Amino acid sequence: MTVSELGDRTDNAASAGGGAPRGEERPVILEARDIRRSYRMGGNVVHALDGVSFKVRQGDYWAIMGQSGSGKSTLLNLLGCLDRPTEGAYLLGGDDVAQLDDDDLAEIRGQRLGFIFQSFNLILQLTVLENIEVPLFYQGIPAREARERAQRYAELVGLGGRTHHRPLELSGGQQQRVAIARALVNEPLVILADEATGNLDSATGREILGLLDQLHVQGRTIIMVTHDPSIANRAEWVLRLKDGKIDRIEPGGKHPEGVRVPESH
Amino acid sequence: MLTTFLRTVALGVRSLLLHKLRSFLTMLGILFGVASVVAMLAIGEGASEEAQAKFLELGSTNVIARSRKPSADSDSSAGMAARNARGVIYGLTFKDLDVIRGTISGVERVVGVRSVLKPTAHGSRNVEARLSGTTEDFLDVARVEIDRGRFLTTSDNLRRANVTVIGEEVRRQLFPFEDPIAKHIAIGGESFEVVGTMRSRGGASEKNFEGSDEDKVCFIPLATMETRFGFIDMQRSAGSRSTEQVELHEVRVRALSLDAVPDVAQAVRDVLKRLHEKDDVEVIVPLELLRTVEEQKRIWKAVLAAIAGISLLVGGIGVMNVMLATVTERTREIGVRRALGAKKRHVISQFLVETLVLSTAGGAIGVFLGIAIPFVVEHYADMKTVVRWDAVGLAFGISALVGVVFGLYPAMRAASMDPVEALRHE
Repeated sequence: MTVSELGDRTDNAASAGGGAPRGEERPVILEARDIRRSYRMGGNVVHALDGVSFKVRQGDYWAIMGQSGSGKSTLLNLLGCLDRPTEGAYLLGGDDVAQLDDDDLAEIRGQRLGFIFQSFNLILQLTVLENIEVPLFYQGIPAREARERAQRYAELVGLGGRTHHRPLELSGGQQQRVAIARALVNEPLVILADEATGNLDSATGREILGLLDQLHVQGRTIIMVTHDPSIANRAEWVLRLKDGKIDRIEPGGKHPEGVRVPESH
Repeated sequence: MLTTFLRTVALGVRSLLLHKLRSFLTMLGILFGVASVVAMLAIGEGASEEAQAKFLELGSTNVIARSRKPSADSDSSAGMAARNARGVIYGLTFKDLDVIRGTISGVERVVGVRSVLKPTAHGSRNVEARLSGTTEDFLDVARVEIDRGRFLTTSDNLRRANVTVIGEEVRRQLFPFEDPIAKHIAIGGESFEVVGTMRSRGGASEKNFEGSDEDKVCFIPLATMETRFGFIDMQRSAGSRSTEQVELHEVRVRALSLDAVPDVAQAVRDVLKRLHEKDDVEVIVPLELLRTVEEQKRIWKAVLAAIAGISLLVGGIGVMNVMLATVTERTREIGVRRALGAKKRHVISQFLVETLVLSTAGGAIGVFLGIAIPFVVEHYADMKTVVRWDAVGLAFGISALVGVVFGLYPAMRAASMDPVEALRHE
């Protein structure tokens, strides 16, 4: 199986055959409503995020940019359900997950989100296939089914022949491909990529970005945090953060014609 | 559910194999703790069983008084007074026998025994055997069994008959090829008719409590012994001659029941203390010795429990220490797993299972070693050992318990990490 064969994940993408009519009729799958996150540091309260609102529709490709300290990481942690906002609502797949408890958040992460990290974060004692299976294990998917799905996604990212290698036997680019397969295996609503090419040389980085482009073409929703404007240019939307607030949302290089910029708050 | 557990176990094994030396060293604490407990229990159990068997041999309802040559120290005045031209006079007397028989209640049998070494011969074959003069009741107070023929009878004693019942070793040496019954043998120059043979008491109890060979013995009627040989025993040593006069070497008193033993023992002690100014009699109570062995066994077990507790505690602390280090080292892995959907309980079970695998593997190898050590000890040190399976189970169970107790804290610590912090950890 190749990337193109796996393409028909969403109706919109399928009907378009690549140049999807990414209109606003596509459903909103992720919505931040005035989310705030503050920390208590010593005697001071630091507002890492100070009222952020935006909507992500199914099949969108977003890049989040900003200087360090702008609240990028905090926003990514909140979007990834690794942290809870101090205030505001965060709707993921229609449910407000802002006030869920730890176990429920873990379940949401396992079912609705796929993570791609800068440093790959593979588990070293597991093989490629077992690494890809990890999210399925925590959802209680039977071993045989998990194995089949992992195998399918390993092939999808071009690692079908290396499924029994350990992470340290692979190159950086291959490791990141494993991580991408792991992010896809649970068929998440959104893929969250944090500087996915930060630890790779530029050629390998381009390969990985190409892979993400393909996934986007197939209709997957991607949110990517980066500081590299050329990478951000591959997205449809670029959200610029500054001092915990949205500075502006602008169309990226892949911005479809005729669709206006979503309202910024 | 089960497959999830098995997969967690498999994962734990793989994580442990990632650091083989470290895992092995961590296991050693538990391993040696369990091995030493199992081995020491087996050796202790064997020793006490052996001791118990020896004392049971003497008869648990018996109270045994024995003549004892007074030591040189206590030989001062009373000892000198007892010395006459014929040599040293000491030990139990027929008077003692009569007093015990007549004054002590709760007694079923009182049997006197006089034993000396005599050359014994049949034809050209001869053996230096212990000659024991006693009465028919001896059969009731000692663990002896007739193989062929009969034991001594009342009339043998009344008639002062020259009849003898011989032990297995004497039979083997004097009558290797023929039936000894109704044959005559020479004991100390007198002729005795063999009327019976004893069954061998060989095996573990071959050397009895006193260390003499129980099978190398001839029994004759006590009255016959008195008539034929008198009470004077001549001993030759290093060129000088000494004689000693002992009427009875042993008086065996059999109590009516186990409950009566302590009172009978006290009464026998009181009577003998009154009749013997010199310290020339000792009283052995097998039941008391048994109790002592049991008491020692209890103390031994308490000491073992303490050692086991300490060694397993130390082992457990070692395990906890390593697991805490492991948790810190794998902070990033924990963060990743949490991000990929692991709940706290998943993380807890992962690390708990890992600790359990470590401690029960140590426990299993320890059990194996603990069974092997007594085996080797028994083979090379000629000590009886008894591996008790409940002890093995207990030791292994404790190793598993150590895994849970000392694994819980590191596992909780791993689970309570903030996923964001854990992912940021270098």
